[in-house]
Amino acid sequence: MIEIAGLTKSYGATTVLDGIDLSVGQAQIAAVVGPSGAGKSTLARCINLLERPTSGTIAVDGQDLTRLSRRDLRQARRQIGTVFQSANLLRRRTAAQNVALPMRHAGLSEAETRRRVGDLLERVGMRHRANHYPSQLSGGQRQRIGIARGLALDPAVLLADEATSGLDPDSTRAILDLLTELRDDLGLTVVVITHEMDVVRSIADVVAQLDHGRIVEQGAVADVVRRSDSGLSRALLPLPPAPGAERLRTWNVRYEQDDVSPVWLVQAGRELDTDIAVLAALVEAAGESRVGRLALGLDPHLDDRRVTEVLARHGVVAEPLEPPERVLLHAVRDAGAGAA
Amino acid sequence: MTVLLGTPWPDVPDLLLPALGETLRMVAVVMGVVVLVGGPLGVLIFNTSPLGLTPHRLVHVSISWIANLGRSLPFLVLMAAVIPVTKLVFGTTIGFQAALIPMSIAGIAFFARLTENAVREVPRELLDVGLAGGSSKRQIMTSIQLTEALPGLAAGLTLNVIAMIEYSAIAGAIGSGGVGYLAVNYGYRRFDDNIMIACIVLLVALVQLIQFSGDRIVRALTH
Repeated sequence: MIEIAGLTKSYGATTVLDGIDLSVGQAQIAAVVGPSGAGKSTLARCINLLERPTSGTIAVDGQDLTRLSRRDLRQARRQIGTVFQSANLLRRRTAAQNVALPMRHAGLSEAETRRRVGDLLERVGMRHRANHYPSQLSGGQRQRIGIARGLALDPAVLLADEATSGLDPDSTRAILDLLTELRDDLGLTVVVITHEMDVVRSIADVVAQLDHGRIVEQGAVADVVRRSDSGLSRALLPLPPAPGAERLRTWNVRYEQDDVSPVWLVQAGRELDTDIAVLAALVEAAGESRVGRLALGLDPHLDDRRVTEVLARHGVVAEPLEPPERVLLHAVRDAGAGAA
Repeated sequence: MTVLLGTPWPDVPDLLLPALGETLRMVAVVMGVVVLVGGPLGVLIFNTSPLGLTPHRLVHVSISWIANLGRSLPFLVLMAAVIPVTKLVFGTTIGFQAALIPMSIAGIAFFARLTENAVREVPRELLDVGLAGGSSKRQIMTSIQLTEALPGLAAGLTLNVIAMIEYSAIAGAIGSGGVGYLAVNYGYRRFDDNIMIACIVLLVALVQLIQFSGDRIVRALTH
């Protein structure tokens, strides 16, 4: 649906975006993440054509938008709805008037505008606030109006630029649910620019990490989180800090296959004939399957190879955090200290 | 020794009310010109600036310079300086018409700056909203920039009207008519204290009333 190829943006000698390739399929939700200063905002401004790329192409539905004349550009911008950070509503207009503005400017008839505004406010659950001014709405409500306005001209792509930054967790959740619902109902392609990994985990199908103007890692979210040596994977699915358990050796475990059984831990304990302690765990649904990271505490006398093999049969990768001798040594020393 | 008697109080309104009418007429005519010319000029100054919708250095610098010119001279000096122009346009250098040109020049320059400031206060992101939504630059100027800047513009207009009342009084010096003319000719030249006091009270009341109404309008426009 949206194909970005070799996108480069320079301001004088400074290259802000350097050869970005990104492709998002119809009705997919793509997330672009990265630290501030990585070029996320510039990428967003290139996608909604507020900035012209220095080189490279951006195609929506097969049409290259970077080569359009200024007049066609105005038309093309209407295919891409933008939801801005903190909504950016006009303060002197009501919710309904804000949603209506792009339609009026595009020359839609009064009747058509009124009908569409009603539909869109209904869709974002804000019909009862139609005549409220932005100052009378909460941050989450304002962002719903912002989304309705983004959809005003029936775009093929919705670009959400830090749309949930600054919202409280409940409002964030509600906005993300709304975006997912829009994708499901309207077949909308959604590009989310964010620095919040929770956002990516909860709604994105594909993710790209931007750093210093380049995409350093990308792929389907479910695949990326299963990668072993991936910074993005650890950022997406961070393992909560685990306190070491006495006389247990800590193992870091990561879901590798996409068909890990929900009862694998119990089964593995039975097969190894030992009690497995769960020290920390984060397991989440990713599409149809589950992804997760755990810290497990195991008997230090168990054989490394056997543990790895048994766990691998269940579709998870396990690595010990420390050699068994250290755990045993600690145990002996602690025991000695206790006796003295 | 001549005893100078002021105009008796019962006769003061007969002098004062026509003068007030002249002042209001003068300010109204000038403000019409000021809004029609100064407003668009202010929008142009902002939008040709690097932060505007159509940055253009040369145009920006030129009109900005012209606007400064109109504000750099004290009004009395400006009035004297544009006498040749006034004579060319109206064929006279005194009276109501003579005051219109210097007042308009000063007012336009002032209002252009006030408009520029009001429009500059509209967050840049709101212009991006218009651009990203496929609105034309003219649509953005009228229905985003100017509409959002309306409270600021109303505040600027209030300031400007008050400044024009002040200028109309100064224009009394070239026989423009109005309250200022009355104050200069009766209050100052003839030591007519009653007229002087009446003029002062009237001007103070007028300015207070305008400021009060202006503030109310600004509040009503702010959401």
